[in-house]
Amino acid sequence: MTDLNPISAASVTPAPRRHLRQLTGRDRGVLGVMIGLPTIIQVILVWLPLVASVVLSFMKWDGLSFTSFHWNGLTNYTFALTQSPQFLPALLHNVVWLLFLAVIGTPLGLLLAVLLDQKIRGSRIYQSIFFLPVMLSVALIGIIWELMYSQDNGFINNLLGTAGTSGAIDWFGNANVNLWAALVAATWRHAGYIMILYLAGLKGVDPSLREAASLDGANGAQTFFRVVFPAMAPTNVIIVVITIIESLRAFDIVWVINGGNNGLELLSVLVVKYLVGETQVIGIGSAFAVVLLVISLVPIVFYLVRTFRNREI
Amino acid sequence: MPHPTTAQLSRRGLLTGFGVGALGLIAIPTLAGCAPSNGGGGGSSTGSLTFGSNASDPVPKKAYAAFVSAFEKKSKDTVTVNTSDHNSFQNKITNYLQGSPDDAFTWFAGYRMRYYASKGLVGDVSDVWDKIGDNFSPALKKASTADDGKQYFVPNYNYPWGFFYRKSFWAEKGYTIPGTWDDLITLAKKMQADGIIPVAFTDKDQWPACGTFDYLNMRINGYQFHVDLCAHKEGWDTPKVQEVFDTWKELLPYMDPSAAGLTWQEGAQKLGNKQAGMMLLGSFITQQFTDATVLADIDFFPFPAVKVEGTDAVEAPIDGLMLSKKGGQSAPAKAMLQFMGSGAGQEAYYSIDKSNIMTAKDADTSGYSAFTKKLGGVIADAKSISQFFDRDALPAMASNVLEPAMLDFLKSGSVDLKNIESQAKTLYAQQ
Repeated sequence: MTDLNPISAASVTPAPRRHLRQLTGRDRGVLGVMIGLPTIIQVILVWLPLVASVVLSFMKWDGLSFTSFHWNGLTNYTFALTQSPQFLPALLHNVVWLLFLAVIGTPLGLLLAVLLDQKIRGSRIYQSIFFLPVMLSVALIGIIWELMYSQDNGFINNLLGTAGTSGAIDWFGNANVNLWAALVAATWRHAGYIMILYLAGLKGVDPSLREAASLDGANGAQTFFRVVFPAMAPTNVIIVVITIIESLRAFDIVWVINGGNNGLELLSVLVVKYLVGETQVIGIGSAFAVVLLVISLVPIVFYLVRTFRNREI
Repeated sequence: MPHPTTAQLSRRGLLTGFGVGALGLIAIPTLAGCAPSNGGGGGSSTGSLTFGSNASDPVPKKAYAAFVSAFEKKSKDTVTVNTSDHNSFQNKITNYLQGSPDDAFTWFAGYRMRYYASKGLVGDVSDVWDKIGDNFSPALKKASTADDGKQYFVPNYNYPWGFFYRKSFWAEKGYTIPGTWDDLITLAKKMQADGIIPVAFTDKDQWPACGTFDYLNMRINGYQFHVDLCAHKEGWDTPKVQEVFDTWKELLPYMDPSAAGLTWQEGAQKLGNKQAGMMLLGSFITQQFTDATVLADIDFFPFPAVKVEGTDAVEAPIDGLMLSKKGGQSAPAKAMLQFMGSGAGQEAYYSIDKSNIMTAKDADTSGYSAFTKKLGGVIADAKSISQFFDRDALPAMASNVLEPAMLDFLKSGSVDLKNIESQAKTLYAQQ
């Protein structure tokens, strides 16, 4: 791969350079603005906070005056990784979250998409219904699931006939079940999102591929798994990446349930707990954020490498 | 360049678009920064001020409206009230005080007041205290004073924590008020045998458990230990703290087992409809009983004596008003705090929200019900008044360390004090 690069670079670069010389000063100005503005926004909104977080994670700072920075060594990391009893559960819950979405949430979205891609009557209505959770605000989602899960008045406990009795399942309060309750709510939302993405991908598959497959005598399942699914490789990569990102940034649902405590600890919750509000301890919050960043980098780097390698071939 | 004119035009349009966009990006934060300070201004003699209120619940909101209108009537100043949701006001307080805060705002006594005072983010009201000082007990003045010896806070009301129960229900079942810890356990056993939850307990919001911890700590180790533990002058991995949890463990089997999923409002409901025998909470619990007959049936007893100091200490958090740094220069804002320090001001608030106790000496208490008199008496007779763990201690210590640890304790019956101590060391060293 490395010996290929110089050749491609040499063969590609001269052409644009000649082209550039033809550009007037105004053209260059426009190009500069078009590239510069997004870069500035990117630097201000992404890179500066990122670097600041990394620096602050080694600091002791009260968040008030710019004179009160103190070097704090690895203390914040020691706290985050070894002293805080919430760290390991949070990490574990993020992993469970990822597995659950990967094994149940995403396949469910794919299934919905494939079903709705058939010529069913009212397909658009179903699409809207399944996509609705993605559009709802978090506060509303909290209320909806509270109505479902509430111990004394909830729909599920009423359905089971246990509402108001001592046998009522405390879906949000019982640390053995609340993660699963939250995951069902998360899946309800995630599946709709995946469905829309995949549906768009399915519409983009050349119909002649299916025709060819059926002419060759492939049945429905074979057509899908052997022809359509591989043809959708770009969409599949996006969906894998989205599933991973969704499980790493999972936050809102557990936050509205109980503030991310008692069996619902997540890394993102720890970041917020130590960075927002009165309980702010900036160094420790930043250390949690950096840990989350490092974990997020693993799948991101993996998929970027894969994507670019594919492109070169 | 095939079409110079159109190309230029479109590029120019594009540039304008970017320019506007960029301006917009700059303008948004500036505008947002300006908005809350409207009307406040620096002018101290304009006769107007802004007041940031965290009283988002209906009853306190109406009560503060009554207080503000009484002040406006008296002083002819105009007050712009900005009400925020109670919890989010608390969460954004650091940004709020550093940004463009209102002149006056609602806040709490304790560490939460002293911290912002030591950081110079709030206004000194010592000159107001020169005028209202005689109207408050020394304990209240002390609670309004920061580490530098100046006052930054004017109390409005406080409310005692204790056990609440239904008189008629207890009379019917023959329960009597427990004076000691052993009495409490005996009573709880009896209640459990009668098929009710002895102690309604709710911990979904995590802070309610602090009430039980604080009381046990003060009854076993004394008030001063509570203060020192909150300031982390005492360690957590000590036999003294262990004894608190060991004692608590005796009561655990009689506390609502589903506490982790319930809010205090739901707990109050269980008390109201006689599913539970008693509940340890602040007197704001009475806000939850909208049925007048139930409300009239609610009574109170102090946390029983356990080991030391009898029932001398009472947990009675104080709510009141403070000035932002900018408000510290505003005469109308200081006038409003002075009014809060007078009987007339506190009566205006109390006329709507009767779940609390007025703190000014000259407040007219003739309208108190027998129940309110009892609550007020408990505070007046107390030798020492604590705030609440999350008000007396470092907020991160309370919310991120002790509260999750207590929730674990409720589930497992054990607590890792060594770990709490190691976290406390790191957190307190960051301040």
